[in-house]
Amino acid sequence: MKGEKKTKIVKTIKIDVDKCNGCRACEVVCSAFHASPKYSSNNPARSRIRVIRDPLRDVYVPVCAGEYAVAECAGRDKYTIDGKEYDECAFCRASCPSRQEFKEPDSGLPLKCDMCEGEDEPLCVQWCLVDALTYEEREEEVEETEEQEELEIGLEALASKHGLQKIMETVARLSKKE
Amino acid sequence: MRYAETGYHLEIDLTRGNVERVESDPRDTELYLGGLGTNAKILWDRVPPEVTPFSPDNLLIFAAGLLCGTPATGCNRTIVSTISPQTELLAFSMMGGFWAPELKYAGYDKVILRGKSPDLVYLWIHNGQVEIRDASHLHGKGAVETQELIRKELNEPKAQVAAIGLAGENRIFYASIEQGRSSASRGGLGAVMGDKGVKAIAVRGTKDVNVARPEEFLGLCKEVLDYIKWREENPIKGVMPILAGLGSPQEMKVHDEKWHTENFMWGNSRVRRKEFWTEEIAKEWTDTMENARTRLVSCYNCPMECGATITPPDMPTYMMKCFTKLTYTMAAFSNLDFGLKIAQKATEYGVDGFSAPQVMAFAIELYEEGILTDDDLPEFPEDNEGRFYYLLDKIVRREGIGDVLADGTYWAAKKIGKGADKFAHNTIKKHEQLPLKLSMLNPIYFLMYSTGEKINITQIEGQFPQAPFPKKEQREEFVKDWIQVPDEKFKQYFVDWELRGENSIPYYPTPPMVCDIVDWQERMHYIDDALGMCAGLSSFPLKPPYHIHNYPKFISAGAGIEMDEEKLTAAAKRYRTLVRAINIRRGMRRKDDKPPENHWKKRFPELEKELLDTYYKYKGWNSEGIPTKEYLEKMNLEYVSEDFIKRGILTESDDAPSEETPAEEATVEE
Repeated sequence: MKGEKKTKIVKTIKIDVDKCNGCRACEVVCSAFHASPKYSSNNPARSRIRVIRDPLRDVYVPVCAGEYAVAECAGRDKYTIDGKEYDECAFCRASCPSRQEFKEPDSGLPLKCDMCEGEDEPLCVQWCLVDALTYEEREEEVEETEEQEELEIGLEALASKHGLQKIMETVARLSKKE
Repeated sequence: MRYAETGYHLEIDLTRGNVERVESDPRDTELYLGGLGTNAKILWDRVPPEVTPFSPDNLLIFAAGLLCGTPATGCNRTIVSTISPQTELLAFSMMGGFWAPELKYAGYDKVILRGKSPDLVYLWIHNGQVEIRDASHLHGKGAVETQELIRKELNEPKAQVAAIGLAGENRIFYASIEQGRSSASRGGLGAVMGDKGVKAIAVRGTKDVNVARPEEFLGLCKEVLDYIKWREENPIKGVMPILAGLGSPQEMKVHDEKWHTENFMWGNSRVRRKEFWTEEIAKEWTDTMENARTRLVSCYNCPMECGATITPPDMPTYMMKCFTKLTYTMAAFSNLDFGLKIAQKATEYGVDGFSAPQVMAFAIELYEEGILTDDDLPEFPEDNEGRFYYLLDKIVRREGIGDVLADGTYWAAKKIGKGADKFAHNTIKKHEQLPLKLSMLNPIYFLMYSTGEKINITQIEGQFPQAPFPKKEQREEFVKDWIQVPDEKFKQYFVDWELRGENSIPYYPTPPMVCDIVDWQERMHYIDDALGMCAGLSSFPLKPPYHIHNYPKFISAGAGIEMDEEKLTAAAKRYRTLVRAINIRRGMRRKDDKPPENHWKKRFPELEKELLDTYYKYKGWNSEGIPTKEYLEKMNLEYVSEDFIKRGILTESDDAPSEETPAEEATVEE
């Protein structure tokens, strides 16, 4: 059941933890860019990129905010790389109930990186003069049908949990709202 | 709405355990900017000269500079100000790191400490919530260790903590305040913090810092970043590597120490070792550094990597920057391995990396001369390294002779007597200086050393090359893109400056030119200290990204205060004068404005007198170095001239000084 092929652009911020100097310029400019009006204020606590840093243990990991996760992970991992132990969640991009990262400080609403829509490169990359963050765009071929398949699997799961009737009612209600 | 600044101070009365959030006066920002400027105003208003450094009435102010917390690159300095126990004058050491921006995000520009806590405490500032917390369990803990313990205890890995070690708790006159990769070390600020019973201040903030004209401000930041990039790719030709780039001298990065080890003095700032740097040593020291250094690190929002995390073999990790790399090594006639190891202990104890090694070298010299004996130094080790560890431990605990040495070479020599004062030879205004002894008097440095109230040459110099380039073509090349000069005449001063002949030191630059040069260099440092800018991107290196032409734009767009070069210069002069006024009121006079006697071999008393006379006039000071009534009024400092007249420091009719105030001898001995 193969669908049509289609190309999409994958935007990637490449992160080199060995080059990070821990200065947090990425957090500064990210929060300024997303302020309203643009650049009118800055506040690293609103930034969509965070440097997980623990200088005495030489841990410096810039992480960009990914999807919102409603629940904590059941289990957590710890990584040891080159003899350095990285905390559980150190590489995770989710805004989730288990930690403070990637939430608006006032409302607690989740934050997500949007790659600075409209700019040539995300601002965090532009401001990282030590090149811990670099930007790459590449084209990838994807199959149309995949997404539908995913949707179907998801809907099936929901249907088995709530019943098909309830799903249909909800869809009807949501579409009315729009 | 206030821009760049928050408009609030935290006033903490440690005696009563009272905390207040107080709105500051925006007119003071216009007049004194922020940071050091407004600190000086507060200290003038609230700390009269009768207040001794360890009086509960002395204030200890932690200020974030005016532009800290905005996106301005490298603007992250905390300006800590108080009355120094060692000089008994104003001390205003700065630290980079991450603390000042965090304070802004918590909603404050300054933390003002007064009184004394009966028990050891630490402060926890978390946005609107401020607590004075018990720190009895942190007694004797290292300054680095304490930062970690507090973050853990609060479960706030993102809290920024400034802490003192045992040295601060025991009021060592050169105790530092440590924070991340930075420290406020000079002037004994840590001793005042310890005296107030404050082990640490932890801060966490999640509020916004606003700027007045956003697009314009970001444009200016971008220009600075682009210039930094360009400047890094185009180091200055004709100067040694550590002076060619931006940032603090890149001591953590650069391995070639020929210049320092062969030109700076070893031991108690006396011995020059001209053929010291051999290939063998270069290799050994490079290996030592590469093995110990984990990473080059930066302060908040800055691409320069001036610091490093250091892990000497089998020792805990700490952070280091700049010349502390060599101060212990050279004072002890040892090697880099020893220097990095003892610096780990010294950083945890929290002592100044300039003063501490010199005090220890001074003690060893006194012992070798028989002025200190085995009675003073029981079981004193045979080797220099062992002696340094021994002395460091005694000093920070104020044990035995350590109690005397803990006050620095000047006061220790007074107490020890027996001619010990000849060995305390490297101080200015009672404060230990860089171990540097030179031949020919340099008129620019003469004035900077003499009149610099930061009392630390690296915090006064910069901007103008330290020496002329040998060839005229090189000098002409240098001035071509010298956009930072406040006036074109500086280019000519430099082009005409020769290594030898008529246009060479000590008579060239001429006294009026020297005044211009010194005033410019000093002005840039004072502006940095009000804005919270790191000197490494501004007043210290040649051709920096921040200068007198773009600073007014940063202030206008950032803080929303209309500013131009003239107004900015006037503001800097105003609080620079206020700094002097505080010290004059505490008894400082012309007699104190002098370099160490032996700093230069060739001295020129008449020229030196002319230099001081010319500079005093240039600055609006009378022949005793006291700002005149007329000048004070011109600077909107009428309240200073009124106070001076009331105290008999100035007279109503003219500016002739009244009789000398003998504060130096009177206030100290006890």
